[in-house]
Amino acid sequence: MPKEYYEAVKDSKRRTWLLFAIFIILILAIGWIAGLWLGSEILGTGIAIVVAVIWGLISWYAGDKIILSVSGAGKASEDDYPRLFNTVEALAIGAGIPKPEIYVINDPAPNAFATGRDPDNAKIAVTTGLLEKMDKDELEGVIAHEVSHIRNEDIRVMMLAAVLTGIIVLLGHLFLRMMLFSGGGRKKGGAVMLLIGLAFVIASPFVAQLIKLAISRRREYLADASAVDLARNPDGLIGALRKLDEDKTKLSRANGATAHLYIEDPMKKEEGFFAKLGGLFSTHPPLEDRINRLQEMAAIG
Amino acid sequence: MIVWILLAILVVLGVIALAFLLMYNSFVVLGARIDNAWAQIDVQTKRRHDLVPNLVETVKGYAKHEKGVFKQVTEARAKTTKAETPKEKAEAENMLSSALKSLFAVAEDYPDLKASKNFQMLQEELSSIENKIAYARQFYNDAVMKWNQKTKLFPTKIVAAMLGFKEKEYFEAEEEERKAVNVNF
Repeated sequence: MPKEYYEAVKDSKRRTWLLFAIFIILILAIGWIAGLWLGSEILGTGIAIVVAVIWGLISWYAGDKIILSVSGAGKASEDDYPRLFNTVEALAIGAGIPKPEIYVINDPAPNAFATGRDPDNAKIAVTTGLLEKMDKDELEGVIAHEVSHIRNEDIRVMMLAAVLTGIIVLLGHLFLRMMLFSGGGRKKGGAVMLLIGLAFVIASPFVAQLIKLAISRRREYLADASAVDLARNPDGLIGALRKLDEDKTKLSRANGATAHLYIEDPMKKEEGFFAKLGGLFSTHPPLEDRINRLQEMAAIG
Repeated sequence: MIVWILLAILVVLGVIALAFLLMYNSFVVLGARIDNAWAQIDVQTKRRHDLVPNLVETVKGYAKHEKGVFKQVTEARAKTTKAETPKEKAEAENMLSSALKSLFAVAEDYPDLKASKNFQMLQEELSSIENKIAYARQFYNDAVMKWNQKTKLFPTKIVAAMLGFKEKEYFEAEEEERKAVNVNF
């Protein structure tokens, strides 16, 4: 096991706390602004604290289930997917983690992710497209990447980022609706509140994106490197990343809150203005760059 | 004055004791990982041993005359049960691996056998077990390497010497595996 592994675990723990802190500050800010508008900052903040605690607990204990169901992932049976089960079991043994639960997403777009709050409660989900399009070594590379995310304890931070920020985006929209339907001009300075609220609504997805950005880009490089260390075969993962790059099928059940979980950005195939805008906040390093790094690793040893 | 000196000695002793405890703990953690890894190797190799008689029977049904290869496989399997140390076990398992390889090579000459569902399933399962053994070995050897480094490097070396922690054996010597493969081709 490489030394970076311990660093990665420590770093993951720090980032978990950071994420919770950002989440609580954001929720409190929403509550406070909502309170201003409702006429009682204390009420607003109070509600926000309750929401934060409840949603924090739900995210911690059921975040993975929420993510899996949002992604349309169903539990896989060993009889239907023996190759997948064998690959996951072998790599889990190699990484010294318990065997993760295995899920399959019925979608022709090749992709995969891992989630769960710790290695004892880990889940791996792959699309049927991945199973069809990858050969043995490539599948091994992809699963090694996911198993590395589990062992490095990235999955907790990534899961929390998905569900915690998921609700922030949701609350932003809720807030906007509340204002639109009950008339912002009820109180003095209502227009100002409306502006603040609007600003918040517009800002919230960006904030959410920034959080994801903070957690995921370097993790991808590290998971790639650990995957090669684990599978002892850079060509598998390189081949898999190439195929992912060439494949233009869209993953239908992915969304802004879960995109960062996947081995490859499932949203990058979106076209139009928002996709370009999203590129600024891309959760994944360019595949070309990842492939180059792996090739350098392969060349060294 | 004496009180201060005593206090200083106490503090130094405390720090030493703490460092000792931490180092001891790191050995315990690593030791548990090694045991765990060994148990994995055990589980997978047992699964393989259980499949061998079934495989031999299946192949016999189609290729009765290949007695030499059956003997080789059966003997290799018998040896694995006698192996005790990691090195012996690794050698025995390598022998079994190469015996199985010859068996599958023989099977190539029997199209009916190759077409049999049962045989295909066994082949699939054995190759997946082989893969798992390879990963279990990798994890085990990594942990053993860490352990051995600790027994050799300062300051953990002192703790190891005091508590009698010895270097551990790797699962397999690489040259042996190559030799075993060479015998077959």
